Amino acid sequence: MFALGLIGLLVRRNLIFILMSIEVMLNAAGLAFVVAGSRWMQPDGQVMFIFILAMAAAEVAVGLALVLQFYHLHKSLDADAASEMRG
Amino acid sequence: MLKGLWLIPTLPLAGFLVLAILGPRLARKPVAIVGVGSIGLSALASLLIAASFLASPPAGYAYTQTLWTWIDVGGFQPRIAFYLDALSLLMTLVVTFVSFLIHWYSAEFMLDDEGYSRFFAYMNLFVASMVTLLLGNNLLLFFLGWEGVGLCSYLLIGFWYTDPINGLAARKAFIVTRVGDTALIVGLFLMYTHLHTIDIQELMRRASQHWAGGSGLAVAAGLLLLGGAVGKSVQLPLQTWLPDAMAGPTPTSALIHAATMVTAGVYLIARTHVLYSLAPVAQEAVAIVGIATLILAGLSALTQWDIKRVLAYSTISQIGYMFLALGVGAWSAALFHFMTHAFFKALLFLSAGIVTNALHNEHNMFKMGGLRKELPVAFWTFLIGGCSLAGLPLITAGFYSKGLIIWQARAAASGSTALWVLSIVGVLLTSLYTFRLIFLVFFGDAKSRVSRKPGYAMKVPVIVLGVLSILGGFVDTPWFLGNVHRFSDFLQTSLPPPVEGQIHGVSELGSEGLVGLAFAIGLCFSYLVFLRRRNLAEALTARPLGKALHQFWFADWGMDWLYDKLFVQPVLWFARVDKQDFIDLLYTGIARLSELFYRAVRTTETGRVRWYAAGIVFGSVVFAAIVLFL
Repeated sequence: MFALGLIGLLVRRNLIFILMSIEVMLNAAGLAFVVAGSRWMQPDGQVMFIFILAMAAAEVAVGLALVLQFYHLHKSLDADAASEMRG
Repeated sequence: MLKGLWLIPTLPLAGFLVLAILGPRLARKPVAIVGVGSIGLSALASLLIAASFLASPPAGYAYTQTLWTWIDVGGFQPRIAFYLDALSLLMTLVVTFVSFLIHWYSAEFMLDDEGYSRFFAYMNLFVASMVTLLLGNNLLLFFLGWEGVGLCSYLLIGFWYTDPINGLAARKAFIVTRVGDTALIVGLFLMYTHLHTIDIQELMRRASQHWAGGSGLAVAAGLLLLGGAVGKSVQLPLQTWLPDAMAGPTPTSALIHAATMVTAGVYLIARTHVLYSLAPVAQEAVAIVGIATLILAGLSALTQWDIKRVLAYSTISQIGYMFLALGVGAWSAALFHFMTHAFFKALLFLSAGIVTNALHNEHNMFKMGGLRKELPVAFWTFLIGGCSLAGLPLITAGFYSKGLIIWQARAAASGSTALWVLSIVGVLLTSLYTFRLIFLVFFGDAKSRVSRKPGYAMKVPVIVLGVLSILGGFVDTPWFLGNVHRFSDFLQTSLPPPVEGQIHGVSELGSEGLVGLAFAIGLCFSYLVFLRRRNLAEALTARPLGKALHQFWFADWGMDWLYDKLFVQPVLWFARVDKQDFIDLLYTGIARLSELFYRAVRTTETGRVRWYAAGIVFGSVVFAAIVLFL
């Protein structure tokens, strides 16, 4: 699932899909925590997932705000359109 | 009281430190109090020390005060120590006192200047360096003062640094004196390697023991020291920096000319007189340099239109007299002329400062005129100073000191008729250019309006100097005019008396009479040419020969042009040709290499965020692999 998200991040050009891929990766990590917690009978795994959830919500808020600004600037959601920093 | 000797250089140094650290935050009044007060206290200290030195002279008429050991390396132990004898006492006294008057004057003169505290800081450091130079008992301390004086002259000539011309003049002064300093330091090393001491008195003692009269080493050392003295004291062939040094503020010029800097060379030669007695060739060279400089500078002074440049050339010419006196072994006569010159030259510069200040910084004499009534103080003091400079017989100080030198140029064993005649021609020239200056500036029709009158702080110092320019001469008079010899008697406790030679034909009275005659001829001629019949002067310069000479003299005998062609242009040419040598290649190679790397790495900066993400992934995979499998 993590690899799926990673590949999505690398191959998609639409910013919304990139954000979604990041979410997938975060959930993959969260799931790994939960599985590990139930395997070793520790509550820490579920606690970590709650943290990740809160962080993901904040990240999405910032990410979507950036996407909005990006759209204003470039009139597109293509991540490759933003290459002004080319060396 | 002699214990307080260390105060004389320390007080101006303390003034400099206070002004350098706190100066910009202080108001003008405290700055003036610190700046002028430190020099005033220093002058007072040297006055008290002189009084106690005269009242109860120390053993051998010399006193050494050792403060601490400066450096202690492998037996080489220069000390911070001050040496006081008749020579250094006299010079210190004159230097601090004249400097005090100049500082007092500049408290008003510089009042409107932005860099008020900076100016006083530099001036204090200047005096501190000069006094260190005079009192230092070893060559290293002497050299410290010598270089300090050079540094301060650079700072003060370029004081108004926003104008690039002033910066150029400052650089010129620094570089030209550096040429002489190089000769000086080689001379100092030569003496140290052969005599193994840097204590000046000990050095002189050993020189007279180990070196035979006229030996090659003594001549070489004498000539090298002369090189240093020539640079500092603006003698031929290094005299080109002084006229340009007029770019500095007027009190600075007064300080450089009268008290500090240019007399350092005279002091150096008088201090090492033993060496010159051992090397008659070097001493003869001193006399020849002096006489040549005094004639050439006198002729150049005749053609200048800038009031301060005339005074600059007159200084060069008067220092030439001092060198002449040193060269014929009339040590005390040289110092006598140094003293009177300090009084009247400081006076002339300060009066000229009043004039230029009153006329919106106008320096062209041909645009002045008729200032006699407008600026009476400046006129009378300038007249006194000018008469003293030109040597008005019987009443002025300059007459007695110059007359003594001219007489010694004939009467001393190493003097000659040629030196004597040329030095009298020098009097004629001095009188000519001095009265040309006075007539153009103070007589005739007024050409500019006076906008500013001097206040008390500017008037009092020039009046004091005016009194001194007259009274200063009566400490040493010839036998037919009172026969006073207090000055030379005092100096002969540290300098030997001149060696009398065979004299035929003229007597001292005749010599002094000829000086008076030369003065009178110069006065009448310039009255005729520059006041009554102005067209005569123009007719003289209109002739092809006159015109060529005028231009030649005006450009200081083409010295600047010659040095430009001889030294500056070849160096520039070589720099152009040598631009691409292999050392440069090394440095440009490094630059090329980094440029190459830059080009290689910059292609990775695509600006595409997905590539960066891929890079991060690739990197983490590689690191994870390393951690897991290695």
